Amino acid sequence: MKNRVTVERKSDRELVVTRTFDAPARLIFEAWSKPELFRRWWLPRSMGMTLVSYEADIRTGGSYRIEISHQGSKPMAFFGTYLEVTPHSRIVWTNEESPDGPVTTMTLEEKGGKTLLVLSELHPSKEALDAAGTGALDAMGETFGQLDELIAELGAGG
Amino acid sequence: MVQYSDARLDASFAALSDATRRGVLEQLGRSDASITDLAEKFHMTLTGMKKHVGVLEEAGLVSTEKVGRVRTCKLGARGLEDAAAWIERHRALWDARFDELDKVVEELKRNERADRRRKIK
Repeated sequence: MKNRVTVERKSDRELVVTRTFDAPARLIFEAWSKPELFRRWWLPRSMGMTLVSYEADIRTGGSYRIEISHQGSKPMAFFGTYLEVTPHSRIVWTNEESPDGPVTTMTLEEKGGKTLLVLSELHPSKEALDAAGTGALDAMGETFGQLDELIAELGAGG
Repeated sequence: MVQYSDARLDASFAALSDATRRGVLEQLGRSDASITDLAEKFHMTLTGMKKHVGVLEEAGLVSTEKVGRVRTCKLGARGLEDAAAWIERHRALWDARFDELDKVVEELKRNERADRRRKIK
């Protein structure tokens, strides 16, 4: 029943993530744009990380700042500004924690009660997108890797 | 085993918490470089850069090799893997994230339905 996530490198500079939700676009927009709701899903529990702080002024021209920590380590900050916020359909933001950060566009398309979410990261260069895996995502991906390993180990033991 | 992995993840996370070290990783993603190159690029002393590279090396993100008098740095085995693994890492993150988003959205749906029922009554 679970809806699948697809991730595709659309070009040298662009990474596109898609996922369908069994809900109208306005509810997904609400979960994305209300900080108290956003805090509940942006860092999945399985990543073992804590959202230390999250501030967001979600409107065109507003800014955001997220601080994430892993088991009490010094927090890492992620920040940028919203280039466009159109209720229920589109949010565009910059990622300025790195000089080569991408511009991310999230769009919602509702059809028959379901909504297709498309998230696109447009990086300034091919090199920047290649290196994107070496940032915080790497640490996160590694956690999933660990989980996979652990599951494999448990499977082998049982 | 799990504790060992946790320690490694802590080391990775600590290594990545510094902007210069993230910059060094991005730089090494483009090409290998000597510590001298990196120190110049990031306007730092050799000693300062050696410390940063040391932290990255301990976390397994960078490996170094001394040839003659030059120590060359490159991304560690866990730095950049093949394209499939790279895509899979992104997919796993968004998959987990959107599963959590689903739960929040389901709750909003339930609340809306409950509100509607209250209005009808």
